[in-house]
Amino acid sequence: MAEKITKKTIDQPVIKCESVYKIFGNNAKRVFRSAGGVIDQDVFQKAGCIVGVNNATFELFEGELLVVMGLSGSGKSTLLRCISRLTETTAGKIYVEGRDLVAMNNKELIELRRNKMGMVFQSFALLPHKTVIENIAFPLQIKGNSTNESINRAMEMVDLVGLGGRENYFPRQLSGGQQQRVGIARSLAVEPDIWFLDEPFSALDPLIRKEMQDEFLRLQGVLGKTILFVTHDFDEALRLADRIAIMKDGIIEQIDTPANIVLNPATEYVRKFTQDVPREKVLKIEAIMDCNAKSLKIGKLTISKDALIETVAEAVLSQAELVRVTNEKGDTVGVIDRLRIINVLFGDKKSSG
Amino acid sequence: MSEMRNYISNNKKLTQFVVLLVIFFSLCFLISPSDSNILWRFPPLIAGLPLLINDCVSYLMYEFMPIEIYDSEIEEYEERPLIKEVTRALSSTVLFCIQVIREILLGGVKTIVTFTSWDFVNENKWAYWPALPWTVVCSAAILLGYSLRGFGLATLAGLASMYISIFGQWEPAMETLSLVLIAAPASFVLGLFFGVLAYRNKSVESALAPLLNIAQTMPHFSYLVPAMVFFGVGDHAGAIATIIFATPPMIRLTILGLKKVSPEVTEAALMSGCNEFQLMFRVLIPTARRDILIGVNQVIMQCLAMAVIASFIGAKGLGFNLLLALNGLRVGQAIELGICIVLIAVVLDKLSLAWANKQVDYFADLNFMQRNKYKIFLFFLLFFWSIIAYIGTFLFEEGFNYFYLIPHNKGITTETFWQGGVDWIVDTFFFQLKAFNEFLIISVLLPMKHAYLSMPVIATFVLIMGIGYIIGGLKSAFIVGFFLIFIAFTEWWDRALITAYMATFGVIVSALIGITVGSICAQTNITSKSIILICDTFQTFPSFIYLIPVIMLFGVTDTSVLIAVIVYATIPATRYTVEGLRSVPDTLHDAGSMSGVNRLQRWLKIELPLAFPHMMLGVNQTVVFALFMVIIGAMIGTEDLGQYILKSLSDKHGIGNGLTLGFCVAFIGLAVDHLIRTWAEERKKALGL
Ligand SMILES: Nc1ncnc2c1ncn2[C@@H]1O[C@H](COP(=O)(O)OP(=O)(O)OP(=O)(O)O)[C@@H](O)[C@H]1O
Ligand SMILES: [Mg+2]
Repeated sequence: MAEKITKKTIDQPVIKCESVYKIFGNNAKRVFRSAGGVIDQDVFQKAGCIVGVNNATFELFEGELLVVMGLSGSGKSTLLRCISRLTETTAGKIYVEGRDLVAMNNKELIELRRNKMGMVFQSFALLPHKTVIENIAFPLQIKGNSTNESINRAMEMVDLVGLGGRENYFPRQLSGGQQQRVGIARSLAVEPDIWFLDEPFSALDPLIRKEMQDEFLRLQGVLGKTILFVTHDFDEALRLADRIAIMKDGIIEQIDTPANIVLNPATEYVRKFTQDVPREKVLKIEAIMDCNAKSLKIGKLTISKDALIETVAEAVLSQAELVRVTNEKGDTVGVIDRLRIINVLFGDKKSSG
Repeated sequence: MSEMRNYISNNKKLTQFVVLLVIFFSLCFLISPSDSNILWRFPPLIAGLPLLINDCVSYLMYEFMPIEIYDSEIEEYEERPLIKEVTRALSSTVLFCIQVIREILLGGVKTIVTFTSWDFVNENKWAYWPALPWTVVCSAAILLGYSLRGFGLATLAGLASMYISIFGQWEPAMETLSLVLIAAPASFVLGLFFGVLAYRNKSVESALAPLLNIAQTMPHFSYLVPAMVFFGVGDHAGAIATIIFATPPMIRLTILGLKKVSPEVTEAALMSGCNEFQLMFRVLIPTARRDILIGVNQVIMQCLAMAVIASFIGAKGLGFNLLLALNGLRVGQAIELGICIVLIAVVLDKLSLAWANKQVDYFADLNFMQRNKYKIFLFFLLFFWSIIAYIGTFLFEEGFNYFYLIPHNKGITTETFWQGGVDWIVDTFFFQLKAFNEFLIISVLLPMKHAYLSMPVIATFVLIMGIGYIIGGLKSAFIVGFFLIFIAFTEWWDRALITAYMATFGVIVSALIGITVGSICAQTNITSKSIILICDTFQTFPSFIYLIPVIMLFGVTDTSVLIAVIVYATIPATRYTVEGLRSVPDTLHDAGSMSGVNRLQRWLKIELPLAFPHMMLGVNQTVVFALFMVIIGAMIGTEDLGQYILKSLSDKHGIGNGLTLGFCVAFIGLAVDHLIRTWAEERKKALGL
């Protein structure tokens, strides 16, 4: 099983979008066709249409976590809805594991959702009339599993998200964080390969959010799913993302690794969007180390080139000497001194890149 | 700046209103009352409408689309009209269903006859289905209550069923119950079905909307006439009228509930891989169950109200007896019967709620005995009480077996007690009651009635359409104008005015009482909870129950009807006032307190204006309730539209009159409904609610 998946990974992305458009409005298709590919917000607005997603093209590979960011109304949720086909796209192609999503009939779609996809919602979207355990077992029962089997599996999920002992509570008897745990457990119950999370933590207070992020990272460490994650919170994005996509007015302005987004913004908008992001949270030591200064006196401290600056800054600052930087095999690849760290932490932002 | 503009625009409306009143009164004085004056009364242009309806109906029933039917009695094919066959088939199905339940409860042979023949039953004396001993039904009710909810509900169900039995109302009560047990589930299913259909299909919804509006403002009696014409007389016609009457609120609440389900819940369900069927029945309907359960509550309430009124077209049961008791002015008996009806309503309501809210325990590891303990226990009880009932046959003389079935009027009766109480009250307070009655009739009601009747029709139009214009512009003016013109062109404009006067009086008094009581009770948490509970309980009572106590005090007069109207219509006014006031956000209270207002000021300046739109919706309900009650008042003799509807029941060609009159009442209700709703929505928008 595992081998098969790895093989697939090499030649095909799990999700592939080709020029996906989503226009809202009664006569969206017609307006879109007559526009001939030139999407002008104002023109569309006059025709009574709203642009949700504008020419989204990207690929997402097995086990990758893509964070989608952007201001409110920039089309993040709409993009997610298109890929889960909760809304029909106006134009473009979407492939899920190589299969054309748009061409799927209802039955195939239901099969796909029952077995491959899971989704977590911002406002939890739990079924108010069902208890925790029933909510989590719901997708399994819908799939046609026996009650016993579903409940047992749901019970495992309850333990996984740390809600043991509360399985007979109703959603209204739970706190926001607990409700979202139920939402997460429910979306994981069918063991989906693709996991959509639409601002899962933004309704939670900062402490619980942090806790949930840790929880999420722990789960992802265990499960290794392919994930599309929407958030407003850059800190959150940086903690979680393999890649980040920045959206504006439905357009994906840039899709890249966190470091590249911050250091090499593709557009003015992205630069502005990321200008307040603390560099040390994005940059790895590798980006600022000195590769040529091997001969100088080096101290005892050794750090990995993949470490984020934020995580090792304190250690380096406490050293008078140069600090050795090694790669994963333990070979020395460079050194770093306090000055470079200080430059990143407090220095002029533009020059630090 | 904006306050300034607001002030002017408010003033503008006020000026408009003053001008309107001036025109209205000058019209009233200028136009002389004579029948030839077209401005005084419009000619009855659509007086022929009832006849037209009659003709259409008889065409439908007797001529439309003849089909060949094989008649087994004459062993030949025969031509019969389609509709008649359909209604006949429907009637016999419904009747059969009612009979099955009735005979399970009370015993009988008709069910057996249906499967065999009369000859068979006559030859075999053993082929008689015995009634369930009442003790078994009581135990079953207790057990059901216990298994669904626990001790409290068990007690309620037990006490209610024992009351009914011991007071000797078992037979009529079970007859009513059998009708309700068919009608309520049927209404529920139909309501749910159409609600779902309307939710999924916009055009169905817009087609249903006006029908629902009219249906909800049509008085009970208007349903009886068509039911009688199409389905004849008897339990089945009563049941069908009941079903038609009780379905619209269910449809409405189903649509409302489904629309309230958040789109994310739907999406979550879709992402779980629900197909359409699963989405509807496992997600949407359960999620909307709060509103749907209110619908169930309404259905049960309406069914009981209607099941009793259906006695006019031959439905057996408590209603029939109640009708007799009321006509014979046997107040004591009427009270006993009324209590039975209320008990059935309350118990059914509570049982259905408990059933819908029942929770499953997945982790209990039960064996067969534990899982089926209630059924086994019930079986045991059936056995036990049957033996007791058998023993009872030797115990009691005179042929009555009190362990089996306490016959009608052979139970304990409190009739003399009630009658005594009533007599005492009437004797003791005779002069006060009489004085009050006379005062009300002579100084208030008659002048008011006279004033209404001396309005020229054109003045009424100017007033109502003018108000429509001020509230909602030209569109509203034309909508209410249409409603009025229909009534004005029938021959019953004067009757409609009398109905309107009674309803107006009722509404004003109820609104005053309701808003006052509601405002006082909304001050603290406990009182508001209790008043809502009281309203809930009173709302479960079928409407004309309210007539019983007032008749005993004021006899058969307009006063009685009006007091019943007031009591009944105060319920929604109170409830909406409490809800409106309680929903004023706390932040506003705090803001008020910070600026140093006292309680009265807070109520007058902050709470009341904010809650007013919601309270007006309560007044809206009050209007509909009042109209219904005025019409039901016809049962004890009034001279308004209701009386004519009642008359059309005994008329062979009554359907045209009955329906047209029903529309008249509905249109009064709809016109007021439109005005209040438009106004409340406007206010809500202005207040940003
Ligand atoms: N059902 C709809 N009908 C019409 N327009 C819609 C609909 N759903 C979304 N839109 C519009 O599409 C645009 C993108 O909306 P979307 O919900 O994707 O934004 P978002 O990035 O998720 O915002 P947020 O961060 O607030 O959730 C918005 O302008 C919105 O008004
Ligand atoms: Mg969103």
